[in-house]
Amino acid sequence: MYLKLDAKLKRLVIIDAERCVGCQLCMFACSRRLGFAGLDKSAINVKSIGGFERGFTVVVCRACIDPPCLRACPVDALRARDGGGVLLDLSKCIGCRFCERACDIGAVFWDDSMNKPVICVHCGYCVNYCNFKVLGIEEMNS
Amino acid sequence: MINQSNVLYIDLGRKSFYVKNRSDLFDKWLGGVGVALQLYKEEAVKSANPFDPGNTIVFAVGPLTNLYPLASKVVAVFKSPLTGNYGESHAGGRSATAIRSAGYGAIVIKGVSDRPIYLVISDKGVQFKDAATLWGMRSTFTVGRVLREALPGAGLRTIMRIGRAGEKLVRYACVITETYRHFGRMGLGAVFGSKKLKALIIHGKSSIYMPKIKIYRDTYDEVYKLAVKSGLMKKYHELGTSMNVLSINALGALPTRNLSEAKFEGAEQISGEDLAAKKLGRRVACSHCPIACIHLATIREPYPDEPYFYKTTFVSYDYELLYSLGSMLGISDTSGLLKLIDGVEVGGLDAISTGVVLAWATEAYKKGLIKLGDSLVDLDWGKADAYREAVKLIIDQPNEFYKALAMGVDYASKIYGGSEFALSFGGNEMPGYHTGPAAHIGYLIGSRHSHLDAAGYSIDQKIKNLSPQEIVDKLIEEESWRQILSSLVVCYFARGIYEPSIVKKALNALGYELDEERLKELGRRIYEDKQALKASEGFKPYELRFPERIFEVPTFHGSIDKNYMKAALEYYSQIFNEIIKKSSNLK
Repeated sequence: MYLKLDAKLKRLVIIDAERCVGCQLCMFACSRRLGFAGLDKSAINVKSIGGFERGFTVVVCRACIDPPCLRACPVDALRARDGGGVLLDLSKCIGCRFCERACDIGAVFWDDSMNKPVICVHCGYCVNYCNFKVLGIEEMNS
Repeated sequence: MINQSNVLYIDLGRKSFYVKNRSDLFDKWLGGVGVALQLYKEEAVKSANPFDPGNTIVFAVGPLTNLYPLASKVVAVFKSPLTGNYGESHAGGRSATAIRSAGYGAIVIKGVSDRPIYLVISDKGVQFKDAATLWGMRSTFTVGRVLREALPGAGLRTIMRIGRAGEKLVRYACVITETYRHFGRMGLGAVFGSKKLKALIIHGKSSIYMPKIKIYRDTYDEVYKLAVKSGLMKKYHELGTSMNVLSINALGALPTRNLSEAKFEGAEQISGEDLAAKKLGRRVACSHCPIACIHLATIREPYPDEPYFYKTTFVSYDYELLYSLGSMLGISDTSGLLKLIDGVEVGGLDAISTGVVLAWATEAYKKGLIKLGDSLVDLDWGKADAYREAVKLIIDQPNEFYKALAMGVDYASKIYGGSEFALSFGGNEMPGYHTGPAAHIGYLIGSRHSHLDAAGYSIDQKIKNLSPQEIVDKLIEEESWRQILSSLVVCYFARGIYEPSIVKKALNALGYELDEERLKELGRRIYEDKQALKASEGFKPYELRFPERIFEVPTFHGSIDKNYMKAALEYYSQIFNEIIKKSSNLK
């Protein structure tokens, strides 16, 4: 019912991180989208800014038009996605973690069990589970 | 069936650990309290003193942890230094998610370390770290900050720690997790302290492949919608538990000034409504809970020696704290009350017990049972600053009187007198509901003498004219069902969502073939097993006593009748004895 995968030309955005309560339902949703319960397939991280009282940092992919992660990949496992961000070809990825290091906001996540990156596809599934209007989905120009 | 059955066994004395798959236990007892109880029975030394190496702490999560919303709690089982018998406490924060994500269904901690340590736990096992620098640190906030900055796993970890109260073995010291949640009741913090265990940091991010993904997603969505759309969680979502202050006060059920009254003239000032309007600064949630019932108030204090210089402190408030440290001590000044709550957090005490202990001390002081030379501060209703000093003294224990207070109200009143107004039930201090007979019977016969065992206050508010036997039956039925909730492990606030039909559905989606009847039977078995354990540790129902004070202050059911309460206890003793007989026959 909540599953929406028509992700093209859309971008996941943070509407207001100040409203985040740190419930992490978005993180669970992200792994669930791929058929898992838990957190290690998630392309979102919600962490406190040095204690719950200070609020939360919500890390999601910004869908860069000229993505540093793409340029860092030595084996062309990443290609540009229409409207920004990248798509990952798992079969090419060698798990070198260059993309992870290239992303200054820490939005390339790591799946330890597979030793491959987790890249946001901007599907917006997580938005359906944000009860606090922190996350949103935005239409993009090609 | 999908469950995480790995149990991490830690020996603090030998600084060693191992992991063992215990699907035998998880298949039979689900998880949470069901499994923790069995692990405790296996590992704890029978009749051990709570501070002996033989006392064992078990943390457990359940089959719904990380899989469904509101399955956000961890159950801790241990021997309580406050009651000297079975101890159990629940907490949220990120503790449940962290334990499951590190790959464990339960963690068993036994032995005593020779020096202060803290543990860093992940899927790779346990690191034993030196806590000499953290030991004795004044504030639990600082301990949290140090560990937060020193260790990995931001957003994917729990940081459980004790304060100085735990180090100094105050019998009702708590364990704090994520700064604002607590394993509050029954003194787990003191057990940590006795083991020289300052903190536990658990981190991980594993996930489980879900074979029946569609059924799982659909069931998840059903629970999620109930949580955010049905109105079942509205109370917790909006004002939080503090919403109860005005309604409980209107019923004449809000214990005030050591329950010398049950209506507080300052209720308006300490109400959820007033706090939200004037002090609420932020709301936060436990991991995997879309409700965010944790309400943080702000106190803004000017520095006296420097103009235009302010300190802003966040303080978590809930109904129980507003009762125990507010109405119970006659405090209606919200800034003073919030600062007192902050003082309790800084030191790492259970707020309910601390408030009840101080309320007894104030009455005893006013009645001349103790002198200023004992109390060292002039204890007086409404004087928040004096109580804040007294909190520090409970932790420091500079004299015999504060040593006694640190043992709990039952002990202190046996030394100094005033047992008739010492609000202790089975050795545990009273929660904030003077609603009628069911609440008080519930405190006394509940396995951990807590209002959450069976919510007698709710029976009082819903049903009138029950016989003593009917009340006991209802309480036991509710407590038995709650064993399932705390085996799954879901938050009790979500009990309206996790009705038997939803629990069955949620479990079926994971491959469990349990129907509602079998779930209820299992709940009853866990309940009975708990009673048997209590009996083997020396619990005798006929030794239970109601504090005299509860008979002196009428409830909205009228004055509580002693004979009625006696009949309830006799009936309970009979049931208890039957359970014990049955369980010894099974052996």
